Amino acid sequence: MRHRSLLILTTVITTGALTLTACGSRDGGSKDNSGGKKTVVVIGVDAPLTGSLSALGQGIKNSVDLAAKTANKNNEVPGIEFKVEALDDQAVPASGQANATKLVGNKDVVGVVGPLNSGVAQQMQGVFASAKLAQVSPANTNPALSQGDNWGKGEFKRPFDTYFRTAATDVVQGKFAAQYLFKDAGKKKVFVVDDKQTYGAGLAAIFSDEFKKLGGEIVGTDHVTVKETDFSSTADKVKSSGADSVYFGGQYPEGGLLADQIKKTGANVPLMGGDGIQDPAFISASGEANEGDLSTSIGYPVEKLDTAKKFIEDYKAEGYKDPYAAYGGYSYDAGWAVIQAVKAVAAANNGKLPDDARAKVVEALGKVSFEGVTGKVAFDQYGDTTNKQLTVYKVEGGKWVDVKSDTFNQ
Amino acid sequence: MHELPQQLANGLALGALYGLIAIGYTMVYGIVQLINFAHGEIFMIGGFGALTAYAILPTGTTLLIAIPVMIVGGAICSVAVACAAERFAYRPLRSAPRLAPLITAIGLSIALQQLVWQFYPDAKKAVSFPEFTGPAFKITESLAIQRADLFVLILAPLCMLALGVFVQKSRSGRAMQATAQDPDTAKLMGINTDRIIVMAFAIGAAFAAVAAVAYGVDKGQINFEMGFILGLKAFTAAVLGGIGNIYGAMVGGVVLGLAEALSIAYIEEIPGMQQLGGGAWSNVWAFVLLIVVLLVRPQGLLGQRVTDRA
Repeated sequence: MRHRSLLILTTVITTGALTLTACGSRDGGSKDNSGGKKTVVVIGVDAPLTGSLSALGQGIKNSVDLAAKTANKNNEVPGIEFKVEALDDQAVPASGQANATKLVGNKDVVGVVGPLNSGVAQQMQGVFASAKLAQVSPANTNPALSQGDNWGKGEFKRPFDTYFRTAATDVVQGKFAAQYLFKDAGKKKVFVVDDKQTYGAGLAAIFSDEFKKLGGEIVGTDHVTVKETDFSSTADKVKSSGADSVYFGGQYPEGGLLADQIKKTGANVPLMGGDGIQDPAFISASGEANEGDLSTSIGYPVEKLDTAKKFIEDYKAEGYKDPYAAYGGYSYDAGWAVIQAVKAVAAANNGKLPDDARAKVVEALGKVSFEGVTGKVAFDQYGDTTNKQLTVYKVEGGKWVDVKSDTFNQ
Repeated sequence: MHELPQQLANGLALGALYGLIAIGYTMVYGIVQLINFAHGEIFMIGGFGALTAYAILPTGTTLLIAIPVMIVGGAICSVAVACAAERFAYRPLRSAPRLAPLITAIGLSIALQQLVWQFYPDAKKAVSFPEFTGPAFKITESLAIQRADLFVLILAPLCMLALGVFVQKSRSGRAMQATAQDPDTAKLMGINTDRIIVMAFAIGAAFAAVAAVAYGVDKGQINFEMGFILGLKAFTAAVLGGIGNIYGAMVGGVVLGLAEALSIAYIEEIPGMQQLGGGAWSNVWAFVLLIVVLLVRPQGLLGQRVTDRA
């Protein structure tokens, strides 16, 4: 009895799989001889669309969607229509890997924008590399993703040539933060907290090294656990350590709570973090004032760049429900980079996509160069952005206000 | 060690919160031997109910007046959901094998989270909750108690006292004890056991709503996922204290809270243990404590040795 049902199950699954493959090949066939009809290509998006980081994820999805719509409207690539398929990774690495496999399985996907989290990216890179599918992250900042695990020792080796990013790495960000905190803000004793994640722990370590090198003192360290909410014991450790500032490597849900709970102990010290806390939710999610807290972010403030004005207008005009958030500009640029690569590939092949379009897109991505929302968009030999502009933001009057923008060179 | 009083206060406040939520696990387990894993979400719904009640109040209402209204509002929501869960999800499975209601509870927990995420306005990320403002009460140089901590430290013992009197003295409370001891005999004696079971769910939910308000005024924000980790910790507290015993829930909560706070502050000061201290390891130490306690006293701190409850 048991065997028979197993047999039936296997039969059903095999039939289903065969049917699906048949469908797939038919689709491919009809695309080749489509003639006058536009070829539809898909830009995949992977980001946390639900959960506590959804504010950032929705901004990424909408911005890529805007890039695709703009390309279709302007007929950017003649004969090709862009569509966006957005998948939710909930900031969970395993979900990211499953999504990557799904996107690879969709033959129409020529490039992927995402993910938000460096930890998720680690699980996706291999999947995309073996399928030769290009991936452009608007937000990953962990150096190892593009420069190999031994980047800290000065050995740079690009692990996956399908991986690109429009965000600058934590090396740039962490050092910039340390220099600002030590030189501009005049803080000498810092307490470092991280969330044990790929992004947070990496950023905190780079910051600490640079801060010590400058002559500052690390008076204490601690770690918090993601999704926990009571950090009062850590906050009291900060207070009794006599630190004059706190550096937090992590994301805004924990960062906001930690900043509040530190201030509640009566320790009047600013908390500084990376782009992970640079979100309105860091300030608005609680009643406690975050005045004076700091964050760094890649690029000049989107609102202040001439190139970004059109993006902001268009984003408003589309009437998206969620704001473009911290990574909107980079996501638009990432999406646009994929579109430009597709354009180059199509132009080299009489306006049609060749059979090995994915590999060609990867190749073309390395050569794209255009004025994007966040400045000049181009990738170096590791797939990292050549844009090394950074901005320090400060909470003033319940809002993130930019206080210093500079080009990082070192 | 000069910050010891402060860390003890932190641990006590956190533990009192765990204890309030743990009541819900322990009451339900004591009577129907069901681990209601959806209880964390009942807590979360209590928080959103309280927030809704606050939104209905005229703006500018001071928090001291608003809090009772918020507790009532939160309790109405959480009790309603808990009773509905009992009636439609658990009661049909009461005679089913034990795993069935357990899996149902886990499924219900996910479903409730997603419902709030989907339908409560702006609940896709953390939403602000009214918060106590004003400075902490400075008791000594090294001890300052936050207003919200004081709130939960006063409220939790009061609630426990009320529950203790209710269970010991009132008719319904005694019926509850009887049902916990032997449901079949209790039924024969004319006790409406269905009503008693609903009552256990309702009391647990009301305590969860109180906890949710205490949590909200402390952290200044609530979110749809907050019930998961807190529920897990509260369940641990209930087991630590001896599941089925209401005082055990509170004792377990306080012990767990203190263990977490003290391990964050002091483990790393022990020579050679520097790597194993701090916030990263607090959960590990809390569970090490749980395992040690269960090795020595498998029934938990205040639990009674029962040969077979099933």
